Amino acid sequence: MTSAPHSPAAPSRRCDILIIGAGPAGMAAALAAAPSGAAIVLVDDNPAPGGQIWREGPGAHLPPLARTHRERLAGLPNVRVLTGTRVVGLGDTPATDTAPALLLEDGQQGWTQRCGRLILCTGARELLLPFPGWTLPGVTGAGGLQALIKAGLPVRGQRIVIAGTGPLLLAAAHTAAEAGAQVLRIAEQTSWSQLAGFGLQLARWPAKAVQALPLLNPALRAASHVLEATGTGQVQSVRLRRGAGEEVLDCDRLACGFGLVPNTHLGQMLGCTLNDRQGLAVDAVQATAVPGVFAAGECTGFGGSDKALVEGTMAGHAAAGDTTAALALAPQRARWQGFADALHRQFALSPALRDLPRPDTLVCRCEDVRHADLAPRAGWIDAKLHTRCGMGPCQGRVCGAAAQFLYGWTPAPARHLLAPARIATLAGCDTPTHESTP
Amino acid sequence: MTSTVNIHIDGQALAVPTGSSVAAALARAAGGCSRLSVSGEPRAPFCGMGICHECRVTIDGRRQLACQTVCREGMRIDTGLPAQHP
Repeated sequence: MTSAPHSPAAPSRRCDILIIGAGPAGMAAALAAAPSGAAIVLVDDNPAPGGQIWREGPGAHLPPLARTHRERLAGLPNVRVLTGTRVVGLGDTPATDTAPALLLEDGQQGWTQRCGRLILCTGARELLLPFPGWTLPGVTGAGGLQALIKAGLPVRGQRIVIAGTGPLLLAAAHTAAEAGAQVLRIAEQTSWSQLAGFGLQLARWPAKAVQALPLLNPALRAASHVLEATGTGQVQSVRLRRGAGEEVLDCDRLACGFGLVPNTHLGQMLGCTLNDRQGLAVDAVQATAVPGVFAAGECTGFGGSDKALVEGTMAGHAAAGDTTAALALAPQRARWQGFADALHRQFALSPALRDLPRPDTLVCRCEDVRHADLAPRAGWIDAKLHTRCGMGPCQGRVCGAAAQFLYGWTPAPARHLLAPARIATLAGCDTPTHESTP
Repeated sequence: MTSTVNIHIDGQALAVPTGSSVAAALARAAGGCSRLSVSGEPRAPFCGMGICHECRVTIDGRRQLACQTVCREGMRIDTGLPAQHP
């Protein structure tokens, strides 16, 4: 359930293999690398391992595969799982290490974590696009609603509308219905023909088809997207585009997710390059362009947990020095990357979604920056300097991806700090040697 | 999973299912919100997975993300929102 207690404040610690993210990819990487005897540290900012798909909580029903992964990890003496721990920035890397050191922080303390090899399994986040009313309480992400329900959010008897795109909408609806909610509508922005095309292709991945069948829901409508949420202090109603017409539904919650965005901030900060899926670019054994750094799972481009498990296993083998074992999984990786290709093809976003924000719609939720103030800016940096867009606590995680879709900007990666950190954490570490600016 | 833990949200005592996140618990308190935005709008947990920081609250004196914190017995959570009207 929780991490093992670790030693009190130490300025730096070292392990052989450091894995960031304990979802399917990170767990698979640790399990693959563990037989080598390497000292492995597996870090996650959530209270328990499992990532988003295998999230635990009073409202979660963990699949058997998730349980076996967790039990196997718990039985390994050379793997330490540090939950409730986040990467806040770069650490001071000693000349003797190939892989970069990271600055970590948990509820009590901060420290520099050094390692021989680093595996990034940082997952993906939802693409959350602005529309009028999206800041009202009761509006959440689609995967966000699913995560909150698993963590114990009470939704019994509530009327819920789910909108956006991708298979996650159906999964969120399933979780909500199981928790006793009434799912009024699932508005999928892609067309029926695209959806049917995706359904037909599922035959190539029978396991995925079996997972998808119980999720089919009579409330599903294609070619439908959110236009506006309204309410006083709380969402009370949602207006949806439906084909050429519109529909208005009274509801207690609205959950909107427009697909997934790979979490590449940490990788980019380390110098990793991106691929054409906006994910971290990797080679045949999941190695990135940065020496000693591997990446696996959704952060290399979203494609689901089966792809994440294979990539994680490959990265674990490769980081432990067994390139042969990693390469032996190439056919499996190709198979699940084919599934990822189908996802990207069939759920491409409609340009009509760019017209959702009105001039007074907030795009940056941290700094409350309006669409009208952002649209005339020349780019991401210009917008940051003039409006504070992307400079709040989320550091552009939400508005950066939205601005990329709305305005075509390319958000610049952070240079040293990734997340809000306590002063004590920053004061307790040495100045990184590779930073030349004062 | 039927056991509960006792917490306080803005001084209001609540019993929530064991294992609940603070974000999930906020919905059981009056108002259900987590913070006021810089322009004064009430906000509630949004992304559910530690990305958006909308759910940041003060938990036992430390600013933390409600969606990444599990409720523990006796926990005191403060949103900083004005007191709810009865």
